[in-house]
Amino acid sequence: MTTTEPVISLRGVRAELGARPVLRGIDLTVRRGEVVALLGANGSGKSTAVRTVIGQVPVTAGGIELFGTARHRFRDWARVGYVPQRTTAAGGVPATVTEVVSSGRLSRTRFGLFRKADREAVRHALDLVGMADRAKDSVDALSGGQHQRVLIARALAAAPELLIMDEPMAGVDLASQEVLAKTLRGQVAEGATVLLVLHELGPLEPLIDRAVVLRDGCVVHDGPPPKAVGQHALPGHDHVHPHAPAGAEPIRTGLLS
Amino acid sequence: MEILDYAFMQRALLAAVLVGITAPAVGIYLVQRRQALMGDGIGHVAMTGVGLGFLLSWSPVWMATLISVLGAVFMELVRWYAKTRGDIALAMLFYGGMAGGVMFINLAPGGSTGSLSSFLFGSLSTVSESDVTAICVLAAFVVLVTVGLRKQLFAVSQDEEFARVTGLPVRFLNLLTAVTAAVTVSVAMRVVGLLLVSALMVVPVAAAQQLTRSFAATFAIAVAIGVTVTIGGTVTSYHQDVPPGATIVLLTIAAFIALTALAAPLARRRARALAAAHPGGDPAECAIPAGRTAD
Repeated sequence: MTTTEPVISLRGVRAELGARPVLRGIDLTVRRGEVVALLGANGSGKSTAVRTVIGQVPVTAGGIELFGTARHRFRDWARVGYVPQRTTAAGGVPATVTEVVSSGRLSRTRFGLFRKADREAVRHALDLVGMADRAKDSVDALSGGQHQRVLIARALAAAPELLIMDEPMAGVDLASQEVLAKTLRGQVAEGATVLLVLHELGPLEPLIDRAVVLRDGCVVHDGPPPKAVGQHALPGHDHVHPHAPAGAEPIRTGLLS
Repeated sequence: MEILDYAFMQRALLAAVLVGITAPAVGIYLVQRRQALMGDGIGHVAMTGVGLGFLLSWSPVWMATLISVLGAVFMELVRWYAKTRGDIALAMLFYGGMAGGVMFINLAPGGSTGSLSSFLFGSLSTVSESDVTAICVLAAFVVLVTVGLRKQLFAVSQDEEFARVTGLPVRFLNLLTAVTAAVTVSVAMRVVGLLLVSALMVVPVAAAQQLTRSFAATFAIAVAIGVTVTIGGTVTSYHQDVPPGATIVLLTIAAFIALTALAAPLARRRARALAAAHPGGDPAECAIPAGRTAD
């Protein structure tokens, strides 16, 4: 096994939402042990790109491989930990932190039967994100940042080799951001491969090996993380308005012209 | 306990207990995925099955099971494929199902819309031997699915997208949930009635939620409430000569109100315990730090 073995590989991937093309043929390779950030403005296709990887959005052309296997034939999902964008906060029925995190362990169990090792893995995942003391609390009682930590624990419960995270820092308080960065550092130190969708590099910047910038469904940059400029570089700068990557032309939406 | 001397009451009580277990057991997943009214839709579709059963002289319970399972599968397919006009397709399914039931039962020899009424609102004296057999078989299936696959169904109902990445057969589990809900409608039809069955799927779960923090406890308490109100409603219905379905549903709503009233002080106590267990969390009240008032 070499260090350059691709864990995720996208070749000329195209995807549409409705009839609107969102990805116009993107190439993306994430190798074992790499931490890659997928950057871009709102609507650039970065979330759609990771959702094609997990099979949530169908591709209209191109090929996707996970661990060297074509995605539609890939079955070894315990190797993949996924943290969705935090929209599906809680279901319509109360659930404890442990119950939610246990879902992430199902891929390692047979017929959903939990053994001692599985319960310990769940507890360990909660420890990693500093939520072990809230194990029996309802997820409804958590703040946004704590909720995000629970979703990351859920992804870690199966001890995956590849972590895919969609905007893990969005709307997360500073304390939780630090915990998340620390957790991610630990995972990377243990050799995890990480693909992150980010609105901006923020506190995770030191961890990131490579940045891929999308604009209008095309890759416009693939290399070292772009340096933030001007006001964007100020510490603690956290903006949520839609904007193009630094130095790029603003996206013409046609709404004002 | 002279109530148990009558064979028809033994059958009715057995059916009632099975309904009390199965309806909330399925309902909890419907509530979790925010499809609380799905049971109502399936109930409408099942009317066509009852009508067909009369017309073809087949068991209405098995016929209702067949038609409502087909309807539930169709609803699930609509959810996958219809992006925008899904609600219209469902409306046609529900009202088509109701109209079909009325039409078929009137075409049946000696049948009239009145014969439907015991299926719509439930009736104790009409639960036959063969009905009880059917109800037992169907209830066993529902319990097997809802308890045996609880971890998988929980994961899919909580977060479908994540469940897919854990490798769960999401589409199969969604279909299974829909089919199980359809089967439950047939189980409940004789006692609670097709038009009221959805209440017994949803309200015990909503009532249990007032007290609970975990899914497991919500499941257990909802089933306990379900069994209590179905037995209570059936006995009341026998003694007072009132319709069982309406009695059971009104009792369930009463349980919801009582538990909600009980829950308010409990929630306050829990919040205080939480604050004590996690000192240094957010302050309970807002305060402007000194020196920050001027802008």
